[in-house]
Amino acid sequence: MATVNNDIKTYKGFRAITLLCLLVLYAPLVIVTIYSFNASASITNWEGLSFRWYADVFTGPESDKFKVAAFNSFTIAIMAATASTTIATLAATAMVRGGKFKLRTVSFGLISLPLMVPEIVTAVATLIFFNSIGFTRGYLTILVAHIAFCIPFAYLPISARMQGIEDSFEQAAMDLYATKRQAFTKVLMPLMAPGIISGFLLAFIVSLDDFIITNFVKGAGVETLPTAIFGSVKQGIKPNIMAISTMLLSFSIVMVTISYFVSKSDNTK
Amino acid sequence: MKTMLKTTAAAIALTVGASAAAAEEKLVLYHWFEYMPQEVLDKFTTETGIKVTMDTYDSNEAMLASLKAGGMGTYDLAVPGDYMVSIMAGEGLLDTIADGELANKGNIAPEWANPSFDPGRASSIPYQWGSTSFAVNRDTYDGDIQTTDILFNPPSELSGKINMLDSQGEVIAMASLHLGIPQCSTDREQLKALNALLQRAKQHWASFNSDTAKEVLVSGDAAVGQIYDGFAAKAREEGANVEYAYPTQGYIAWMDNVVLLKDAPNRGNALKFMDFLLQPENIALVTNYAQYNAGVTGVSSFLDPALAAQPEKNPHANAGEGVFIEVCDEQTQAVYDQIWTNLKK
Amino acid sequence: MAAGAASGGSATTDTYKEARNWLLLPSWAVLGIFVLAPVCMMLVYSFLTKEFRGGVIWEPSLAAYDQFFFDRGLFGDEPAKIEWTYITIFWRSIWQAGAATLLSLVIGFPTAYFIATRPERVRPFWVFLITIPYWVNLLIRTVSMKFLLRDQGPLNDFLIGTGLIDSPIHIVNTNFAVQLGLFYSYLPFMVLPIYAAVERYNFSLSEAAADLYAPKWVTLRRIVLPAIKPGVIAGCILVFVPSMGSFLAPDLLGGAKNFMIGSLIEEQFKGNAGNWPFGAAASMILLTMVLIILLIFARQQSKAENAGS
Repeated sequence: MATVNNDIKTYKGFRAITLLCLLVLYAPLVIVTIYSFNASASITNWEGLSFRWYADVFTGPESDKFKVAAFNSFTIAIMAATASTTIATLAATAMVRGGKFKLRTVSFGLISLPLMVPEIVTAVATLIFFNSIGFTRGYLTILVAHIAFCIPFAYLPISARMQGIEDSFEQAAMDLYATKRQAFTKVLMPLMAPGIISGFLLAFIVSLDDFIITNFVKGAGVETLPTAIFGSVKQGIKPNIMAISTMLLSFSIVMVTISYFVSKSDNTK
Repeated sequence: MKTMLKTTAAAIALTVGASAAAAEEKLVLYHWFEYMPQEVLDKFTTETGIKVTMDTYDSNEAMLASLKAGGMGTYDLAVPGDYMVSIMAGEGLLDTIADGELANKGNIAPEWANPSFDPGRASSIPYQWGSTSFAVNRDTYDGDIQTTDILFNPPSELSGKINMLDSQGEVIAMASLHLGIPQCSTDREQLKALNALLQRAKQHWASFNSDTAKEVLVSGDAAVGQIYDGFAAKAREEGANVEYAYPTQGYIAWMDNVVLLKDAPNRGNALKFMDFLLQPENIALVTNYAQYNAGVTGVSSFLDPALAAQPEKNPHANAGEGVFIEVCDEQTQAVYDQIWTNLKK
Repeated sequence: MAAGAASGGSATTDTYKEARNWLLLPSWAVLGIFVLAPVCMMLVYSFLTKEFRGGVIWEPSLAAYDQFFFDRGLFGDEPAKIEWTYITIFWRSIWQAGAATLLSLVIGFPTAYFIATRPERVRPFWVFLITIPYWVNLLIRTVSMKFLLRDQGPLNDFLIGTGLIDSPIHIVNTNFAVQLGLFYSYLPFMVLPIYAAVERYNFSLSEAAADLYAPKWVTLRRIVLPAIKPGVIAGCILVFVPSMGSFLAPDLLGGAKNFMIGSLIEEQFKGNAGNWPFGAAASMILLTMVLIILLIFARQQSKAENAGS
């Protein structure tokens, strides 16, 4: 590819559009970040630099609500991502290393179902389902729903990675009298690590970010960060929400950077 | 399959929930947004040791829908408006408060002690009462605003700058006042006229939003907003040059009530909270915050003196009558639902 | 995406053939019980009688579908005509989602192409630049967008300040605001698949075309575009499908004045209407439409792949 003349590859104006694209993506967030440091309680006037809204997030009248919501969000995201990654890894092993079988297409359809069904439909269906089996809405209903819809997000990177790994490694291990279980845990899984990590991260972030389904299946007094934030921003964006959003953005940048270095260190192995 | 799933679900719930159940005394409140100051909840917790969790909603209908979709048995108290109290009672969602269960029941103001929507206050206590009409930005328009024409047939300065509440009951009741027809009308010509009026008026409206009813006036995104009186007062205090109207055609009156829900998980604590809210010094904190009116005797000495003088609290001499929203039967309601969908299609 | 991953089956082996069913069991159980069963139950609900103010009565009824397709007048006793109300709402959703997809494509394609033609070393950095905003909650992004676009918001202040315009441009509460919101919600889903496709594209083909004196734009249209078509199609699906069912952008940026499908469905369960069978029926119709669209695209995709190989 390096031999191809760059002039042939590049198109005039594409760079400008890319920069425009980035401008559109970042302008709202930059504005929100700036206004999160506004001393004024009103969002419309600028009254000088201040950290009061960051303090407000941790000590203000809504701080308890946001702390509980953050705790719920993170515990649900960790459990949902762990469960769905495990389920997806097992499923991927069957789908990629299980030979050809009749139910393969059906299984794949089932796994990708949460991606194909519009979220509002899944949300309504789950609400109806929990309601008709008498499953009281609460922390558990959120967790169960999240495990289910996170599976395809964990599955895609994991199966993609597994397809990229030749099975000769496991075959070689088994030729050396390793059992299948050993070949799976000692050979395949370590090779799968980057795929599993990205599957886990994707599931984690999808769970952390989910609003629509959570909003339908959450119960009395159980809020996650998105639903708590929605409860607040519905009445207009407030400075403390801007502070939370800025912190979430920073947290995301740190996470992305870490995952970048994880994947990079893997390439250099 | 249903029983099997139920058993499995119950088993999981038991194992996970067991540890939480033994924990502290609590109370789960389902309430309107921006309607309960945190200090009142903190004061209750300090006095009784009961921790209050609060979920919020933005319309009576949303609250009812959530309760009917599996929310019963998880909340102790809710705060429906007058007509919604009768609907919820009819749906069997309310628990009855026995005589003597509320020590402070005698504090309820006599005029609110036996309302038609909850005879004898069997399941509810007063929370706040007030009115709904609309507020107009006086920088944008300085003509006569004491008419519902402002919403339904606005002058050109205001066209396209109107925010309506995203609430079927309040929009349609206001339109009925404008036309001078009864609510829950079954007269075909009247209903057709109502439908046509809303279709015409829609082109003048910028948005439907209850949550931001105050914010759009303060930020200047809307010049007219259908709004509750206390919210209009707050908008004015936050710097919007708005005047609250009492149209000559009439306006909407309402009372919100704290109701005891059936299957309340913390029934005893819920009653304690109701008693707490019936003490004048406590409900006065709510009134000073929300800027409406309490329905409890002896409250006036605890109120901010500025409240009574507010223009939003004092209808002018030519103001029309305040009317409560009525509950229609199923067939009539179906027509009103159709009119609402036509409006938003 | 579905079709792409499904066709990746060429690398399968049968090392764990015996354990296959056990490995698949957890995913079958979880997805079967908590996704497939609920969707089936919703199908059943759409054929039940509505209970006044929310809930269902277990009596079979076609009322929900009848309400969707037939207009019997305001009072329900006129002869049935075609009901345009819901068709209008569906059409509006398709139109808005289509416009948002087009907007994403127009901006997303050059962006993806530009990133994919950067030196390999810096490409991940560009990809991160595109994806980082998406780690912030969708709600916050949508509300930030509204904050920026307000009549008295920073964008209008800036434009007036620089003298480009005299009076604020009115964007919030318009259809364009909704499209912009949807575009902002799902843009990376357009960029990433196209980026992946362009990255795999063999640029010596472009060089060959240039050697034959093909103008650059002709090369783009006739050589590059057909080769990366599966990526473009995947991107369009991934933006279009979630846009169809979205209700945050229409509610927050569109002023909730006009229903989209998502808000119509939500209203049946959380709002005024309380008509569960109708909400279930509208959901089933939406689901059917999405599945048909996916099927058509999947066909196209496999055709494009067959043509490519």
